[in-house]
Amino acid sequence: MYSEEHKLYLKKQIIYKWIIIGIQLFFILLFLFLWQILSEKEIINPFIFSSPKRVLETIVKLHKNQTLYNHIGITVYETLISFGIGTILGYFIASILWWWRSLYDIFDPFLTVLNSLPKVALGPIIIIWAGAGINSIILMALFISVIITIIHIYQGFKEVDLIKIRLMKSLGASKFQLYSKLMIPATFPNFISTLKVNISLTLIGVIMGEFLVSKEGIGYLIMYGSQVFNLNLVITGIFLLGIVAAIMYYFVCFIEKRLIKND
Amino acid sequence: MKLLLSIHNLKKNYHTKQGEIKAVEHFSYDMKEGEFVSIVGPSGCGKSTILSILCGLDKKSSGKIIKRENLKIGYMLQQDGLFPWRTILENCYIGLELQNDLTNENKEYVKSLLETYGLKEFMNAYPSSLSGGMRQRVALIRTLATKPDLLLLDEPFSALDAHTRLVVCDDVWNIIKKEHKSAIMVTHDVEEAISCSDQVIVLTERPASIKQIYPIQLTDKTSPIHNRSCKEFSSYYNQIWKDIDFHV
Ligand SMILES: Nc1ncnc2c1ncn2[C@@H]1O[C@H](COP(=O)(O)OP(=O)(O)OP(=O)(O)O)[C@@H](O)[C@H]1O
Ligand SMILES: [Mg+2]
Repeated sequence: MYSEEHKLYLKKQIIYKWIIIGIQLFFILLFLFLWQILSEKEIINPFIFSSPKRVLETIVKLHKNQTLYNHIGITVYETLISFGIGTILGYFIASILWWWRSLYDIFDPFLTVLNSLPKVALGPIIIIWAGAGINSIILMALFISVIITIIHIYQGFKEVDLIKIRLMKSLGASKFQLYSKLMIPATFPNFISTLKVNISLTLIGVIMGEFLVSKEGIGYLIMYGSQVFNLNLVITGIFLLGIVAAIMYYFVCFIEKRLIKND
Repeated sequence: MKLLLSIHNLKKNYHTKQGEIKAVEHFSYDMKEGEFVSIVGPSGCGKSTILSILCGLDKKSSGKIIKRENLKIGYMLQQDGLFPWRTILENCYIGLELQNDLTNENKEYVKSLLETYGLKEFMNAYPSSLSGGMRQRVALIRTLATKPDLLLLDEPFSALDAHTRLVVCDDVWNIIKKEHKSAIMVTHDVEEAISCSDQVIVLTERPASIKQIYPIQLTDKTSPIHNRSCKEFSSYYNQIWKDIDFHV
């Protein structure tokens, strides 16, 4: 169907993609290899720096005593709950602020203060309020994501093309129609980028919360490992966290690809 | 001919923190059915203001606007404002959707407009794949979809390059005439105004009031592109140009 020239072009594109993946794999393997060798030869202290093999062993051990999936599961669960509530609540509040402009004028400075406040500072107080358990963790992560969602989404509403707003009004749109047929679809890319920011912010909140209170979860693994000076456990925790974060991030990207139409 | 619209002593002040801006003052005009009227004037004098008051986007400060009963007004701006997330067809439906009037009959009407004006193949395409001229035509069809009697066009062609502009202007004019609509067009282009219009209104500096009204009478008046070669064209052009007295 395509011309020879176009086929060649497509072929080149595919080759390029595989070369890139190959080089990326090469760097990962090189890193693991060097790490293993240096650690084995004790050029770096294996007790402090661990090694790929030891990390693997730790994972296998956690798998055998059945706690691996529990730790991962609890962290993912907390993250998804806070992420979900934070996104919905944030979107809802941003919409209210858009609907009643004066509410925005009233709450703007409070939002700014809350946004610039490092949320870790709220940790101790949240624990006292909500107890040293999963609720505190979810609440802390929620706090981080909800404020930033409100600010991002509201900003998106504010940046909607004035021309399009005038157009809608000239066609007799009601305020609700303006919101549902223009504001929501027009800020959709903005919404997706908020999701991306949020997923990592929520994870930060959750890990922070787990550092402070929890008895399970990846954050707990890391914290516990450092307390008993088991650096294998710490690095295993970080490794697992990296994987969980990447999977969640790519999941949002996947949704984005499915939803964003021709733009 | 019946009167479509009667504007009497229209006045508009804008209030901002920096102060009060008098945009329009003593603007009166009676518009007949089927007329094509152009408004020209120095930039920033208040032309767009007049249109936005007429279509209800801005409130007037004082004056009277009497519209023929059930007069439906359609507004078209310089930027097409097409929604990138909607197909061409869905873009054209937006007005009907907002007015809860998306009946099968109206859908057919919109499709027939798209077909008549050469956009049938692009019905299910997204705006990003269309040229500037085509987008402007889509914007016009979107405006026509709700069957307005009077079209308000605010510099509808100024986003286009010179050549496309001539062609699209001719197209749009023909569409408006064929659908038996009346129109008020704001433009910076004096030639465009003369070639399209039955009446050209020249405004003063801000606050805008009427400086002069020129009824355009051309021998062998047809469509805008041809009108440019009529023998009276250049004398109108010279008079109006002098009237606007541009200070550069
Ligand atoms: N919403 C507004 N608030 C305050 N001032 C405004 C507003 N809209 C317009 N103005 C002012 O009113 C005056 C007339 O504006 P208008 O847009 O009607 O001019 P115009 O003739 O259409 O100009 P242009 O040739 O640039 O399109 C300008 O001085 C402008 O700054
Ligand atoms: Mg203007």
